[in-house]
Amino acid sequence: MSLLELQRQFCAHLLDAPSPIAERIAGDSGASGLAVYHHAYRAQLVACLGDTYEKLWAWLGDDAFQAAADRYVAAHPPQSWTLSDYGSAFPEMLAEVYPDDPEVAELARLDWALRRAFDGEDARPIGAADLADVDWETAMFRFTPTLQMFPIRTNCAGIWNALALDQTPPAATCLTEPTALRVWRLGLAPQFSSMDACEYDSLFRLQLGASFSELCAHLGDTLGEAQAALTIGQLLGRWLQDHLLISIV
Amino acid sequence: MPDSVIPPFEGFGLGLRPPHYQEVLDRDLAVDFFEVISENFMVKGGRPLAVLDAVRERYPIALHGVSMSIGSADGLRPDYLQRLKTLANRVQPLWVSDHLCWTGIDGFNSHDLLPLPYNKAAMETVCANVHQAQDVLQRPMVIENPSSYVAFTGDEMTEWGFLTELCRRTGCYLLLDINNIYVSAVNHGFDPLTYIAGVPAERVRQVHLAGHSQGRGRLIDTHDRPVPDPVWALYQIASRRLGPVAAMIERDDDIPPLDDLLAELDLARGYAADPEACAA
Repeated sequence: MSLLELQRQFCAHLLDAPSPIAERIAGDSGASGLAVYHHAYRAQLVACLGDTYEKLWAWLGDDAFQAAADRYVAAHPPQSWTLSDYGSAFPEMLAEVYPDDPEVAELARLDWALRRAFDGEDARPIGAADLADVDWETAMFRFTPTLQMFPIRTNCAGIWNALALDQTPPAATCLTEPTALRVWRLGLAPQFSSMDACEYDSLFRLQLGASFSELCAHLGDTLGEAQAALTIGQLLGRWLQDHLLISIV
Repeated sequence: MPDSVIPPFEGFGLGLRPPHYQEVLDRDLAVDFFEVISENFMVKGGRPLAVLDAVRERYPIALHGVSMSIGSADGLRPDYLQRLKTLANRVQPLWVSDHLCWTGIDGFNSHDLLPLPYNKAAMETVCANVHQAQDVLQRPMVIENPSSYVAFTGDEMTEWGFLTELCRRTGCYLLLDINNIYVSAVNHGFDPLTYIAGVPAERVRQVHLAGHSQGRGRLIDTHDRPVPDPVWALYQIASRRLGPVAAMIERDDDIPPLDDLLAELDLARGYAADPEACAA
């Protein structure tokens, strides 16, 4: 048997597919030796999910988290060379498993985004002094590469914060206003913040390539000129304060 | 390879683990080098690389990988090698090591150190992969002996014979994990002293010292407890054979306070300085 075939048989065993690999094991303890690898494969992936999705784990509790992790591991053999990539589709799976508890998938998505921000690309933020020479007619904004954002329907942010402080989390509730979260890294510390629909839409447009003047025109159409000017000033101030902007060209 | 020789480095090191990051940066430690898990720092930025750069300013670093999959029959991943090369260029490490194992095939990665058959076909694969890694990294690889829980029918050589031939054919060096020798010796019923006597001493650049657990009918390489007496005893014997060689306490789980590991490292210094003394 070739090495390739042996390794395919070994992997099939790990993945619970039919495999004759036991016939290739020397000695009389082959099955129990193979069981060590079979167990270690799952245990490590579940531990990885527990590490990445720490607040989700605290919210679900040990039994429910273990059941969800087992289900995910069975359906998602790792492909990447790095374990830090493992679990990217866990929020989507949880949305299917918990259709009536949307905070579960949203907590997972927040855990995942914070982990991505943790070791994402470094970038130097700009400050107010860098705005002096900006040509606002043509200005295009570039945001820190760790910035991620997504709409939410529940108070997942409040739940996450309570869990982070070892406090009793609030009951899950649905939000009454359209809200989104943005996640990024401030210095070396991952952060998140809630956004209203206007900020989310504005960030979304700029990230898709809209210019500053195009955003101003859009806000003018929807809010009126006076409110648009006030809003854009507030947004710009907030983004500078949070170190979201890395260049305006 | 422009640098085909890894100079010997005599020192006593620890693994750099997240619970100890701040202490390592704040204190002046009696540690000669730190070993890091390469993959944890093959990232784009953030705290891991900031810590690594700060530690590197004060200590030599050894890069120790777990995902090269040097024994995969379908070859190495070019993207992995390029990321590792980027990290090595940044760190300028003492050396780059990984394990004599494979972690996956056909795009699947188990993230476990899976056992190889020790036969000619595996030798051809591992040699080709070591050559590829060395060509990309432009430095010799250091290969570590794994712990294993199965052996394959049809094996044609011992693990130490396999490693010896691998060194001869590729110019790679060895990281001798004394705990892994002990674990595999108990699990497979070979004499660990024969293993230590059988490896090419002049190719060994580093020693790992770690603890293990008693599983059902076999030892499990868990790295979650202090180095036990049988491993210290083997380390003394290895020290007599190897002479001065870099040694490291490898702790990956249930990580104790840093001072506990420093005390364990002092034990290693003592055993290496007086390899005739009896292990406690």
